Amino acid sequence: MGINYLYPDYEVVRNSGRCIACRVCERQCANEVHAFDEEMNVMRSDDAKCVNCHRCVSLCPTRALKIVKTDHTFKENANWTGETIKELYRQAGTGGVLLSSMGNPQPYPVYWDRLLINASQVTNPSIDPLREPMETRTYLGKKPERILRDQNGEIAYNLPPQLTLNVPIMFSAMSYGSISYNAHESLARAARELGTFYNTGEGGLHEDFYEYSANTIVQVASGRFGVHKDYLNAGAAIEIKMGQGAKPGIGGHLPGQKIVDDVSRTRMIPEGSDAISPAPHHDIYSIEDLRQLVYSLKEATDYKKPIIVKIAAVHNVAAIASGVARSGADIIAIDGFRGGTGAAPTRIRDNVGIPIELALASVDARLRDEGIRNHVSIVVGGSIRSSADVVKAIALGADAVYIATGALLALGCHLCRSCQAGKCNWGIATQEPELVKRLNPDVGSERLQNLVHAWEHEIKEMMGGMGINSIEALKGNRLMLRGIGLNEKELSILGVKYAGE
Amino acid sequence: MQPREGQVRIPSGCAISGMFSREGKRMDGSSIIKSIATMHDRSNGLGGGFAGYGIYPEYKDYYAFHIFYDHKAAKLACEEFLEEHFDIINLSKIPTKKHPRITDEPLIWRYFVTPLHTKLKESQLDEKEFVVRSVIKINTKIEGAYVFSSGKDMGVFKAVGYPEDVGEFYRLDEYSGYCWTAHGRYPTNTPGWWGGAHPFAMLDTSIVHNGEISSYDANRRYIEMFGYKCTLLTDTEVITYMIDYLGRRQGLSYEEIANVIAAPFWSTIEGMPPEKRAKFTYLRNVFSSMLITGPFSILLGFEGGMMALNDRLKLRSMVAAEKDDMVYVASEECAIRTICPGPDRIWAPRGGEPVVVTLSTHGQNERSKESA
Repeated sequence: MGINYLYPDYEVVRNSGRCIACRVCERQCANEVHAFDEEMNVMRSDDAKCVNCHRCVSLCPTRALKIVKTDHTFKENANWTGETIKELYRQAGTGGVLLSSMGNPQPYPVYWDRLLINASQVTNPSIDPLREPMETRTYLGKKPERILRDQNGEIAYNLPPQLTLNVPIMFSAMSYGSISYNAHESLARAARELGTFYNTGEGGLHEDFYEYSANTIVQVASGRFGVHKDYLNAGAAIEIKMGQGAKPGIGGHLPGQKIVDDVSRTRMIPEGSDAISPAPHHDIYSIEDLRQLVYSLKEATDYKKPIIVKIAAVHNVAAIASGVARSGADIIAIDGFRGGTGAAPTRIRDNVGIPIELALASVDARLRDEGIRNHVSIVVGGSIRSSADVVKAIALGADAVYIATGALLALGCHLCRSCQAGKCNWGIATQEPELVKRLNPDVGSERLQNLVHAWEHEIKEMMGGMGINSIEALKGNRLMLRGIGLNEKELSILGVKYAGE
Repeated sequence: MQPREGQVRIPSGCAISGMFSREGKRMDGSSIIKSIATMHDRSNGLGGGFAGYGIYPEYKDYYAFHIFYDHKAAKLACEEFLEEHFDIINLSKIPTKKHPRITDEPLIWRYFVTPLHTKLKESQLDEKEFVVRSVIKINTKIEGAYVFSSGKDMGVFKAVGYPEDVGEFYRLDEYSGYCWTAHGRYPTNTPGWWGGAHPFAMLDTSIVHNGEISSYDANRRYIEMFGYKCTLLTDTEVITYMIDYLGRRQGLSYEEIANVIAAPFWSTIEGMPPEKRAKFTYLRNVFSSMLITGPFSILLGFEGGMMALNDRLKLRSMVAAEKDDMVYVASEECAIRTICPGPDRIWAPRGGEPVVVTLSTHGQNERSKESA
């Protein structure tokens, strides 16, 4: 206690009239918040250990539990907020870098919420997706510049390798290690059923999951964990991770406690060692080096796989993307500053990078200005929260989107932002067998499919309203968007008109 | 002041009509005027126009530029540009007749030109691309000048007004050609100037269109990567550029162009025999941003041919008919029957299925005789 004591952020409220002391909460909480007081025959709880993940609340059979934000407070101060003061105390106590998880929670503008979608009235008809075909199939990859003909005048099929998506939604990179075996299995199975792709992240591909390889994107990151020839050839595409929206400028962090038996074998590193990826790729110090890695990977896979280059949305993203588009990459993935992570330094997560909406708009515009937009496909993530975000992203110019936080929510994540602790009560961001088995891959994969199907229905409804019956006619169709609550500069970067214009 | 077309995007409903002689017979403009006049109520007096093919046999080898000038200064600047880049064989005002319902006309001039050899060589472009870029340059850089027709042996005539009045204004009964298309426009706003009327043309490709495409900005932003500049913000303009790009620059046939812009649904493609499926899948994938969605019926005129095409859901009416060597296409059957009361065959082409007609061998021979 004393100077280092911080009052807990959340309080566990137990309705004693309802509690039957069944001790489910005690068994479910890996953080050991709940305990049974045998003398008094009541349940007690230690608020200080609570991460507010709602596991106990969700499983309490008598609805006796709720978690509330504490009303304990510092003297109010708009500059020195309670959060700021507490973080400072923690650093004064330990001398350490603050760590946190998931996406940037700060109240920056969410531009998706300031864009409005069009619908047809009178001058052209809306299209009813219940009665007419409505197409969402998307091809990702470089398109040829010229149509070539053989000696008979028939078109020669000079198409570089492509990814075919039934819906323009893919599951973004989350490594085995940062999330559990069952979480990966859920994603892989859902991707196969949905006709889309999931992404291994930088932790390699577990040998059990090679059977899903037709729906797998394998990642090559700066730590090169789990990268070998069979791994590269197993994927439908290879993603070079240059950066991540949650922590641009630094590499992946996976604490040693999550590097258990299988994870260590898949990553090809010793058990219990921290997996800290280097900040840069040490073979890529410039754009011409990236080109060499792109072509090394193409050579290793016989030019049969599209290469994705994933970059974090940073200030100069348009110029960077333009360079990447000329590097031989087939697809550029851009990750916005609200993208999630299993662990990131808090200051970086909350202060580095730019919103994906602005990054996407300026990259798409720049590639068109340069006349090279069809040399690459654009995939955006960080963060796409709903089907409306997907529609807006595609209208701004994306070919497809990546979702990860949304996918984890479908699996049961309650966004407690404590992944780095490795004690995920929902069996997602943990390697403890007792916790992992709480996530049933049958249920998990079904919930992921439900989510994507639901979004697909909603996307089709919105497309039909606009009189568009194929997703490609929405791509880059910025006239279908209007801004609200935006200034001139924001409108000009987004390339949209103001509502009413 | 009301914004001019190009400063705002104006949706329009419309009427279209076209007639084509496979044998290359030359018909004066009175029939096409009669045809489009039948559909008077499909326009609202805010735009009408025509395109005629085979109308300038004596200048067959020269690009015929039809230009609107807002004022004399624009004409001076434009002529200076033309003289610098082209050999001007002939220039004159386009003959018109005062008409009570056609007012506020700009200066309307016609030039028969051919690119200067030295300039063409210097540009390292092929001749057609040189002409296209020159036209785009005039239209975007010379304030008050607007080239609205730039093909060989063809011409566009358009104005703000009902199409039948526009036809009389331009004295179309004094021209004769083997193909005519016509357009009556029903814009929701006043277009502000004549450039917004249809047909829209680039080189010998001209388009009349009825519809409001929902893919407009996707198509526009894509085609602008290839040096085109959409200044009018109309569907017709962007569709013309797309067809020019796919045909002239990518070498696709008119049927292939139709398979790109009004591509069959994936479910239809899946049911095709393997070779056809491969071709359709390839075209749809490679040119995905060239797919047009939303309602349209278009009549495309080109040297020696005409194509009619509906959107893939057929959200706009369009009827075709044949009689001997003649082919007719119009928004409504009445517009055909008024000039061809007993067609041999009359049908409604299915959505996305192009009707392409071209001159017969005999017709082509007739055409080359005329110039000799």
